[in-house]
Amino acid sequence: MNDAVKEKITNIIKVNEVCLFMKGTPEVPQCGFSMAVSNVLKHLNVKFTGINVLDDSEIRDGIKAFSDWPTIPQLYIKGSFVGGCDIIKEMYESKDLQKTFKDNKILFSDAS
Amino acid sequence: MPLKIQEIKDLIKESIPDADIAITDLAGDENHYSATIKSKLFKGKNKIEQHKLVYKALKGKMGNELHALALNTKEI
Repeated sequence: MNDAVKEKITNIIKVNEVCLFMKGTPEVPQCGFSMAVSNVLKHLNVKFTGINVLDDSEIRDGIKAFSDWPTIPQLYIKGSFVGGCDIIKEMYESKDLQKTFKDNKILFSDAS
Repeated sequence: MPLKIQEIKDLIKESIPDADIAITDLAGDENHYSATIKSKLFKGKNKIEQHKLVYKALKGKMGNELHALALNTKEI
């Protein structure tokens, strides 16, 4: 990963409090795992930015190196990598995800 | 080339010898798996670190030959 890509990713996770690197968009996800995480965030009414890695191969490869994580989707909250699909689903079920949003003062509503 | 369940188990065992591994082929296509892995090595590590240990054991195959492996890691 070159410095330009690194800087691009650093900037994306800095300006977007809740940022999901995904295949496709929150409206039209292109992969079941990306859809699952996007749906969790929608369910919690969290305002998030979806970054479609299929639009940018530099980011697609770069984010894997950046997070040292081999798969997409990847969720960042306030600049920190929180997890991929399995972890986010587990955290939602255990309410740790809700706690993470609360601790970071990010608005959400838990209908369940 | 898809990976067979036994190959995945062997790779994980190489790095995590005490691993208790259960793998399901979710779609019957040798491409979408779900794995539950229990090990003492996960102790004191958060989920991200636990999953990274498994990904490292798979030596770069995750996201390449191995398209989908849902992970559930547990410390014992």
